[in-house]
Amino acid sequence: MMKPNREVGIVGYGAYIPRYRISAAEISRVWKMGEDTLHLEEKAVPGLDEDTATIAIEAARNAVRKAKIDPQKLGAIWLGSESKPYSVKPTATIVAEAVGATPHTTAADWEFACKAGTEAMQAAFGFVGSGMVQYAMAIGADTAQGRPGDQLEYTAGAGGAAFIIGPREESMAYLEGSHSYVSDTPDFFRRPSQHYPTHGSRFTGEPAYFTHSLMATQYLMDQLGYGPQDYDKVIFHQPNSKFPVRLAKRLGFAPEQYEDGLLVPVIGNAYAASSALGLAAVLDKADVGERILLASFGSGAGSDAFSFVTTELITRGRNPLPGVADYVTRRREIDYARYARHRGKLSMY
Amino acid sequence: MSLARHWRLQNQRYRLLGVQCEDCGARLFPRRQVCPRCKSQNLQRYQFGGEGKVYSHTVVYDAPAGYEGFVPYIGALVELEEGPLIAAQLTDVDIDDVQIGMPVEMVTRRLRQYGEDGLIVYGYKFRPKLKEAP
Ligand SMILES: [Zn+2]
Repeated sequence: MMKPNREVGIVGYGAYIPRYRISAAEISRVWKMGEDTLHLEEKAVPGLDEDTATIAIEAARNAVRKAKIDPQKLGAIWLGSESKPYSVKPTATIVAEAVGATPHTTAADWEFACKAGTEAMQAAFGFVGSGMVQYAMAIGADTAQGRPGDQLEYTAGAGGAAFIIGPREESMAYLEGSHSYVSDTPDFFRRPSQHYPTHGSRFTGEPAYFTHSLMATQYLMDQLGYGPQDYDKVIFHQPNSKFPVRLAKRLGFAPEQYEDGLLVPVIGNAYAASSALGLAAVLDKADVGERILLASFGSGAGSDAFSFVTTELITRGRNPLPGVADYVTRRREIDYARYARHRGKLSMY
Repeated sequence: MSLARHWRLQNQRYRLLGVQCEDCGARLFPRRQVCPRCKSQNLQRYQFGGEGKVYSHTVVYDAPAGYEGFVPYIGALVELEEGPLIAAQLTDVDIDDVQIGMPVEMVTRRLRQYGEDGLIVYGYKFRPKLKEAP
């Protein structure tokens, strides 16, 4: 189990979800695939002027306001994403500039499919825990795309969540310990020049999602001496509605433990922001002294598991700062034609 | 496209960084060298809060080069809480829902891009205020 010498935790966090939604029924109307196979109602779609950078900026601004810290004290701005606006040129420097953290700071983009955001979080705990910096920000943000007509088109959503890691004394939730589990598993990938990813259909389930998430979670609970009954809330990566529920049940968690963090039916799979947004939603509602388990999953493949306990600071900034629920209820439904335009699937030239 | 010009405007565009006149208190955006009200040159950096109201608005159907991808969009004059009027696009709002006096807040969005291989320019736009203070 991983735990830094110096006690650390989450001193602030923020979320963002774009305003537009397309329903599974509308996608199915075009592609005739059977809308209920993945149990999604709708997914979030970025606006014409949104991308991973703008999504990350709003989540990061919310996090800075929640933490009530001077952004100049952020020693790291780390952004995990698979949908960067530039292939070469960090997105993190755009975010760092926008939140006012530049120039005496580190900034970088992280890559590990859907767990790039929690990978950055894992490193941020180490960076703060070693005493190298006072605060570090880890962000997961994505505007992922599926090939038109592919199963992924029903699920690939958009969103972002940012976490400011700092000393335990200032934390809204402190870290009890974490664990990561990775292997070379080619369940899902995209080559550099390709617009859309390739996935192994059934192969993405058992050897990839379930094995890695289960191993990371079970190992962390064993090391901490906890069982599922010791947790108030649990959040897993949410590529569709079925996987996280099946995983939770297999590990012995009940619906009241996983439902608060399950956002995929209403926003889709936000990739690097998926489990991170689930954590933000849980923290938005949590009381003092709740134990929370987070386990991400990223294809290729791996899982990061974290155990947190909320402190008496947990309600800081809950009002008037926008929470996950405010973004979920702010919605404007669009049809497939408008969706195609928003996602750059229409060529103007 | 001038990379240097866009780069110099970043602070102003990303964070609504303006100036405050140390002599008469006027808050100015964009940044100036001389206060238009009292002619003072004693101006200090001032961080605007990003909240304001729609002062006037118009729908743009025929956009200048680089902005075609967003049409139709809403151009507006926004009156910032601290005083200045600034020209900006409204975003995340339907054309029929825009009203004069509507409370709005600053967000950072894509302003334009220089083709598929060029610079992406980010900057402020305004959207209806997401959440009212309790
Ligand atoms: Zn003056």
